[in-house]
Amino acid sequence: MRNSYPIFKKEIGTYFFSPIAYVVITIFLVLSGYFFYSTVAYYSLISLQALQNPYMVSGLNLTEGLISPFFANIGIIAMLIIPMLTMRLFSEEKKSGTIELLFTYPLRDLDILIGKFLAASLVYLIPIIITMVYLAFIRTITELPVGPLLAGYLGLFLLGEAFLALGIFISSTTENQIVAAIITFGVLLLLWVIGWAANFTGPLFGKILNELSLVKHFENFSKGVIDMKDVVFYLIFTFYCLFLTCRVLESKRWRG
Amino acid sequence: MIEIQNLTKYYGHIKAVENVSFTVQKGEILGFLGPNGAGKTTTMRILTGFFPPTEGRVKVAGFDITENPLEVKRRIGYLPENVSLYNDMRVIDYLNFVGKVKGIKKTKKLKKQVSNIVELCGITHVQKRTIGKLSKGYRQRVGLAQALLGEPEVLILDEPTVGLDPKQIVEIRKLIKELGGERTVILSTHILPEVQMICERVIIINEGKIAAIDTPDNLNRQLSKQLVISMEIEGETQKIINVLEGVEGVKEVKPKTKKGKIKQVEVIASPDKDIRKELSQAVFENQLGLYGLKTVEMSLEEIFLKLVTQEEHHA
Repeated sequence: MRNSYPIFKKEIGTYFFSPIAYVVITIFLVLSGYFFYSTVAYYSLISLQALQNPYMVSGLNLTEGLISPFFANIGIIAMLIIPMLTMRLFSEEKKSGTIELLFTYPLRDLDILIGKFLAASLVYLIPIIITMVYLAFIRTITELPVGPLLAGYLGLFLLGEAFLALGIFISSTTENQIVAAIITFGVLLLLWVIGWAANFTGPLFGKILNELSLVKHFENFSKGVIDMKDVVFYLIFTFYCLFLTCRVLESKRWRG
Repeated sequence: MIEIQNLTKYYGHIKAVENVSFTVQKGEILGFLGPNGAGKTTTMRILTGFFPPTEGRVKVAGFDITENPLEVKRRIGYLPENVSLYNDMRVIDYLNFVGKVKGIKKTKKLKKQVSNIVELCGITHVQKRTIGKLSKGYRQRVGLAQALLGEPEVLILDEPTVGLDPKQIVEIRKLIKELGGERTVILSTHILPEVQMICERVIIINEGKIAAIDTPDNLNRQLSKQLVISMEIEGETQKIINVLEGVEGVKEVKPKTKKGKIKQVEVIASPDKDIRKELSQAVFENQLGLYGLKTVEMSLEEIFLKLVTQEEHHA
């Protein structure tokens, strides 16, 4: 772990020296801000209508009407943005040849991988943390339930790490950043919507597809429910992708 | 310090290095010579732990490269052939990064070492600049600086003087010579006089196999079967030839130029005895004007070509 720190620091430097980090953070905040505004505006419209129609009040609920869509939207933005964060991590080093020196320093593959992974995680977590400001605004008007918020942010954290791990794995397999980004995005989108097919396939196959779906596991978090099954799913997904990356780095060496 | 036994490396089905064995003593400067694609870079990359060998053993300071790669890497400083550095980093930040990666934990020690090396490599005035904006020569020096960081016992330099201007080349060669003695240096080059100047031993490698290992002088002596002396003399060509052929030990006199007052001739003699003194005396005694006299040593290029072609004859 200690050996990962210089790599982590260098990667952070690269993110913030180049415009990548600023662009990613800005776009993330603009998109999530707009989504949040629409959600709040819609919720207040419904609330006004509910004043005239007492039957609707029973269906009004901050968690379901505001918090849950908020987290679902950020999840989608993460899917769009994370491939841009991870695409260069290994492919750039391979293309420019800097990986040659990196591999001859006294570091294990795992040290390098962890350093890069943590750097990308930090850049991802910065805008996620800033989105808490949106919720703080709401708190000035009304009480917000803390539990669902914690669950939602935990979900975003786990979801993001899983996305990042997949992105790094794909970046390690190619020399081309654009290819890495597009494949990462394609795989993420496919895993996001893979549950849709569950309705048309047999019960067993449908269950498998549902379990593979990234969004199905995220839904519980955004509703404020922390299910161990979902936590374990994201952790296994993350570690498996990181494990595969290690194998790719190792095999590249053997092949020369 | 370095022990290589029966090293073989395949890239898929292509054999890059075959059955290479040699040892390098501590403090020695070893030259690696060979045509393109001979396996120089492959051998060096295996030594640095960039990739493992297909077969064979490599030991650096007693540590096996496949069993203990980290210990080996700690003892090696490497300058790759096409040195690729992080172009968006500043020189000083890059060197600090490399120092930390190489395990220099204390900030004070790191700072001191970096400033020493920056000075040694002559990059003090560009240390605040971004690497991508440096010229090739400076980038090469930053590459050398990162290799020296961490005070490795072994330096592996793949064509260290490529892209430098003549003054820098002289400086870097001097630096490498100074480093030898306390550090073990392996360097590859295609500039042959460089090998003669710096290296104590030369390995000539061709098609992945070692063609010869010896000191540059020994290689020269073994392979040259005649002594060639080039002379510049004022006078008539025929007279010059007659006079020189009269000297004992001279096998043949070849006129090189016909026109002009000063003629160039090449005297070919047997290598057993140095006859330069006799030649100059003969010139004076016959009242010819002597303008120049020097032995033409067989260059490593010729040695190299000879070895490579000999190999082919054997095969």
